[in-house]
Amino acid sequence: MSIRGKAFIAGVYEHPLREATGKTVPQLHAEVAKGALEDAGLTKDDIDAYYCAGDVPGLGPLNQAEYMGLNVAQFDSTEVGGSSYVAHVNHAAQAIAMGHCKVALITLAGRPRADAKENYRTRPGGGPPADYAFEAPFRPVVTNMYGMAAMRHMHEYGTTSEQLAWVKVAASHHAQHNEHAMLRNVVTVEDVVNSPMISDPLHRLDCCVMSDGGGAVIVVAPEIAAQLKRPVVKVLGAGEAIKHLNGGKVDLTYSGARWSGPKAFEEAGVTPADIKYASIYDSFTITVVETLEDLGFCAKGDGGKFVADGNLISGVGKLPFNTDGGGLCNNHPTDRGGITKVIEAVRQLRGEAHPKVQVPNCDIALAHGTGGLLGSRMGSATLIMGGADA
Amino acid sequence: MSELNGMNRPSKVRAPRVNDETKGFWDATAEGKLLVKHCNSCGENHFYPRSFCPFCFSDDTEYLETTGRGTIYTYSVMRRTKEPWAIAYVTLDEGPTMMTNLIDCDFDKLEIGQPVKVVFIDTGEGTAVPFFAPA
Repeated sequence: MSIRGKAFIAGVYEHPLREATGKTVPQLHAEVAKGALEDAGLTKDDIDAYYCAGDVPGLGPLNQAEYMGLNVAQFDSTEVGGSSYVAHVNHAAQAIAMGHCKVALITLAGRPRADAKENYRTRPGGGPPADYAFEAPFRPVVTNMYGMAAMRHMHEYGTTSEQLAWVKVAASHHAQHNEHAMLRNVVTVEDVVNSPMISDPLHRLDCCVMSDGGGAVIVVAPEIAAQLKRPVVKVLGAGEAIKHLNGGKVDLTYSGARWSGPKAFEEAGVTPADIKYASIYDSFTITVVETLEDLGFCAKGDGGKFVADGNLISGVGKLPFNTDGGGLCNNHPTDRGGITKVIEAVRQLRGEAHPKVQVPNCDIALAHGTGGLLGSRMGSATLIMGGADA
Repeated sequence: MSELNGMNRPSKVRAPRVNDETKGFWDATAEGKLLVKHCNSCGENHFYPRSFCPFCFSDDTEYLETTGRGTIYTYSVMRRTKEPWAIAYVTLDEGPTMMTNLIDCDFDKLEIGQPVKVVFIDTGEGTAVPFFAPA
């Protein structure tokens, strides 16, 4: 049993807001769901499965299904940070392949910027995990946890700040064409390495934006896909992995993509050389460099050289990535970007990316999500998709 | 390094939340001892300490007192704040790599591979937190 060719992505919608003052989180989830349904040409009553993660307040699918009036036979609240939504596509495809459901809805939404302005938080909380007492005193925050991974990668492989900067430069070249992107100015390697040092060796422009907004994806069975007017995208393969500190045998030079990638390529029956476009989770520039190595686009340690000289810029380099501007320039809704990675890959496969960044004859694309921290524990999810004829 | 003693120490260290599984570790910190867990079944040491060995899943584990010495595996200095701090992973001579902060040091002279030793800072609540300084 495989998901290959058994499920199709039929509708997507990315929330246009980057600050959602005046809207509630359940409301934002409903808005992106509605948008994706309209894109697919389906209605709410067609949905028989719902997937969400920890950004839904309360008990995930229970509260949100009630808010939206859904009657679902299948649900999943797998919470692995920003990689959740890429994993959800895999889970939905599996459920569809197994005949458990026919129309699955996946949503992400939140409003950290609006919360900060309106002085309240809507995120759910929980008791501390076992690692907390051994880490919290040392003030691990997102930037220094990715900084430690970058520092070690540089030490072992000679990766440079200039090489990391090329990831941001490529994202900015793409973002200039996205009217919704937060940062639309094209930047240079010098701009990145001369921006303020945040946490060694990561500069401000090595870091992604913080934004509100969100997105949604509709995954359907083949018989539904055949009835729809809009171009559909075939799910070819997926892989998931959790990578952690391994009892103290710490190695920060690779990500969970080392395991999720090969599984996805095997199921899809393709190799990295077949990928025409890649959405790579870009919380930081180092995230992209390690992920590209782990997915097999280059040898371990060669990521810095691989991304240099515009190799990720559409129309210029060998591997066009994040043509919406990615997390580095476009958006990073509620600090998690997995769903926008799937959405831009769908745009590319439908031929609906911005004409300036559309990859010609884009028949096979990859989306990779990274959740949690490259410097400790993370969820990794890889999804490979093709056009309807792939 | 005496002129660096007291440099870059946090102004306040919050007491950890101690539970039955980790009480042995935190009790030892009050006596200036840094422990890791040792597995009597497979012989591996692990950190953070837990009842089950994360390598072979045996529950035959016991605390092992370390020398408190190790080397810097990696670090990152948070610069965009009034009081910068250096988060790090230190690989202990006994094997496991643990998260910490580097103190009593010049942040601009840190190096991966540099020898370091544990320095406990009292939380005032019967425990101490293991920081590291250049050896």
